[in-house]
Amino acid sequence: MAQTAVTAPPLAAMSRSGRRRGDVVSRRRARWGWAFTAPFAVILLVFLIVPLVFAFVLSLQNTTLAGGTSWVGFANYIKAFTDPLFLSGVWTVVLFSIVLIPIQMVVSLIAALLLDALTSRFARFSRLMIFVPYAVPAVIGALMWGFLYSPSFGPAQEVFGWIGLTAPDFFADQNVFGSLVNIVTWQWAGYYMIILYAALQGVDPTIYEAARVDGASAFQTAVRIKIPMIASSLVLILVFALIGTLQFFNEPQMLRGMASGSITSHYTPNIYAYTVAFSYHQFNYASAIAFALGIVIFVGSYVFMFATRKRSGLMK
Amino acid sequence: MKRLLAAGGALALLAVTLTGCSGGGSGSSCQNKIMHSDATQVSMWAWYPNFKPVVNLFNKTHKKVQICWTNAGAGNDEYTKFSTAIQAGSGAPDVVMLESEVVPSYIADGSIVNLSTLGADKLKDNYSEGAWSDESKGGDVYAIPVDGGPVGMLYRKDLFDKYGLTVPTTWDEFAADAQKLKDAGAKTLMTDFPGNGRAYQTALFAQAGSEPFELTGKTDMKVDLDDQASNKVLSYWNDLVQKKLVGTEDASTTDYNTHLVNGTYASVIAAAWLPGYLQGFTGADKSAQWRVAPVPQWDPANPVQINIGGSAFAVSNQAKDKKAAATVAEGIFGTEAAWKLGIEKAALFPLWKPILESDYFKEKAYDFFGGQQINKDVFLTAATEYKGFQFSPFQNLVYDKLTDAVNATNKGKQQPAQALAGYQKAVVSYAKQQGYKVTE
Repeated sequence: MAQTAVTAPPLAAMSRSGRRRGDVVSRRRARWGWAFTAPFAVILLVFLIVPLVFAFVLSLQNTTLAGGTSWVGFANYIKAFTDPLFLSGVWTVVLFSIVLIPIQMVVSLIAALLLDALTSRFARFSRLMIFVPYAVPAVIGALMWGFLYSPSFGPAQEVFGWIGLTAPDFFADQNVFGSLVNIVTWQWAGYYMIILYAALQGVDPTIYEAARVDGASAFQTAVRIKIPMIASSLVLILVFALIGTLQFFNEPQMLRGMASGSITSHYTPNIYAYTVAFSYHQFNYASAIAFALGIVIFVGSYVFMFATRKRSGLMK
Repeated sequence: MKRLLAAGGALALLAVTLTGCSGGGSGSSCQNKIMHSDATQVSMWAWYPNFKPVVNLFNKTHKKVQICWTNAGAGNDEYTKFSTAIQAGSGAPDVVMLESEVVPSYIADGSIVNLSTLGADKLKDNYSEGAWSDESKGGDVYAIPVDGGPVGMLYRKDLFDKYGLTVPTTWDEFAADAQKLKDAGAKTLMTDFPGNGRAYQTALFAQAGSEPFELTGKTDMKVDLDDQASNKVLSYWNDLVQKKLVGTEDASTTDYNTHLVNGTYASVIAAAWLPGYLQGFTGADKSAQWRVAPVPQWDPANPVQINIGGSAFAVSNQAKDKKAAATVAEGIFGTEAAWKLGIEKAALFPLWKPILESDYFKEKAYDFFGGQQINKDVFLTAATEYKGFQFSPFQNLVYDKLTDAVNATNKGKQQPAQALAGYQKAVVSYAKQQGYKVTE
C-alpha cells in the first residue's frame, strides 16, 4: 500500500516584520530559501508534477486501435464512473476500508497501550517484533503469505490436521477477502503501533499521576486518558490507512496468479488501471481510471477529515 | 554550519543523480560481447533460456551486423516494457521476441514493421503454412517464426499401467479413462482444466473448429466466441469438472508445477516446450515414467492438430536501421548450428524446416521420456499439420474475459452456454469501443 507524506512548508519563511528596512535582507534570505528548497522542488517537479500533468493530458484523449488518437474531453471520466468493472473495484476497496481499518486500528492500539504500560525487556523485544513485518517489502510479504496459504506447501493443512479438521482454501471466492485482510493487518499494524506508541510516550506523565491520585485503575487510565490524549494520532493513522486501502494493489496483484480467479483483473481500481494500461495498452483510459480513483480518495479523505476536524487538529 | 553545507551538498548530489537516472534511460548495456565493434549494432530483447551462445554464434559469423542482446523479462514483463517504450516514442529495442498470440496486437497498433517490404517473403518456404500465417496479416509477414508449441498428450505410463488405462485417441476415451481413475479410488486426476488456461482453452476450442476472429481491412472484424464448437468443448470439460474427474487449480503456479510431476495428474495436454520445464520442477515422483501420445481427437478420421505458444522475432518501428534489424530477425535462428544450440540447450521446438525435417531432429531420443522419439512419434505431425490460428488484436483482454468465463463454469456459477455468451458480449463491446466494425 502506498502512503502519501505530508509535505512541509518551505524552510525559509519570509519575515513579516520591518518590511521597508528588511527588504534587502529578506530578499537575500528568500534567495537562500529557494536554493535550499531547490533539490526538493526539482524532484517534486520531475517525478510528481510533470507525470501528473502528462497523465491528465493523456486522460483527456482517446487512442483506439482502429481509429487513432483524438481529444475527447471528459468522456473517459464519464466512462470510468459508469464502468461496472471500475465501480465494482471501488466497492471492493470501500468494503476493505470498512473491515480492514477498524481491525488494524484496534490491533495497533491494543499493542501500543500494552507496550506503553510495560517497561520490561520483553516489552522492548515485542515492540521490535511487532514492527518487523513493516520492514518486509510488501511484495515479499505477499509472496510469503502466498506460500503460507498454499494448499500443498503451506503449513495450514498440517496445523488443522492436528485437531482433526481440514484447512480452508484460503484462495476460495469467499475466503480471499479475509486472507488479504490478514496480510495487510500483519504488515501495517506494527507501523501504526509505533506511531501511537510514540504519541503515548509524548503524553505528560504527571497527568497519569493525577489520575492515579484520583483513584483511576490502569484500564480507566487507558480508556479515559490515554486514548483521548492521542486522538489526533489515531485520526492520522486512519487517514493513512484509508488512502492506502483505497489504493490497494500489491497484495491482491501478487496473489492473483495463485487465486484461481478469485482475484480478477478488476478486483481493485488500481489493478484495473494497471491491467488496462499494461495488458490492454489503453494508456488514456488507464490514466482516467487513475484520476477517477484519485477523486474518490480525495473526496473520501476530505469528508473524513472534515468530520473529525475537532479531534484531529488537522483542519482548523 | 559546515555540517549543514555538507548535508546540502549531499542532497544536491542526490538530486543530480536522481534526475540523471531519468535522463539516460535507454542504456546500451548488452548481455553479450560485441565482436566487431565497427559494425552496425542491433539491439534485441529475448528471453529464451541459454540464449547467449546463439547470439555469440551470430556475432561471430556476421561482420557487418552485431546483436546487442538484453533479457527484458519473459512474456508479459517484456510486453509491458515494450508497449511503454513504443508509447513513449523511444527506448524500444530494434528486434523484439514476441509470442505468436500477441503479434496481431502489435501489428494493429503499428509497433512492428511489415517485414515483407524488407524481403522476408523469400524465407516463406522455410516454414510450415500454419507457422507463417500466424505471424502474417493480409499476406504480409510481420515476424519471423522461431519456435512452436505443437500439442501432444504427455502422460504417466506408470500410472496408466497401475490403473489399467489405455492411451486415449479420442476425447470420449479420455473421459472414460478419467472415470476409470475415479472408480478405482485413485487420488490421481486425469488432468487439470485451469481457469487461467488462456491459450490452452483457446487451442482446445480451435481443435473442434472454433475460428473466433477474422480481420479484414483495417477496421472490420468478425467475432464469434460462442460458436457451436466452443460450446461443445466447454460443455465436455465442464462435465468432467463437475464430476470431479479433472482438477481446476490455476496453472503456472508453484503448486501446479509440483502437482504436474508428483502424480496429482495422470496426463497433461501440453505443447512441445513443456517437457523442457517439467524436468526442472521439484517434488517429482521418483518412479515417474513419462511418455507422449498425440492429442485426443473429436473425429479420429479427420484429426486436427493444435498449437500452444511459440514465438517469433519482429522488428520494432523504432529501429534505426530496419534493414539490419531484419537481417538479425531472419538470420539469428536461420542456421543448423544455431538450432542445435536451441534444441540441445534450450529445448526449443524449431519451426525452421531444414532442421525440423532433418533426421537429427526426427530421430532424437529423449531420456526424460524413456528414450521415446517424441518428435517422430507426436510433435512433428502436430507441427506440420497445424493450420494456424487467427488471434485478435487485443488478445490479452480476450484471455482475461475467457478466464472469467472458465472460472464461472468451473465454480458452477454459470452454464457453459451462458458463460460463452458473456465472453462474446464482453469482447464485442470492447472491439466496438476500439473502433472496429464488428460482425458477429
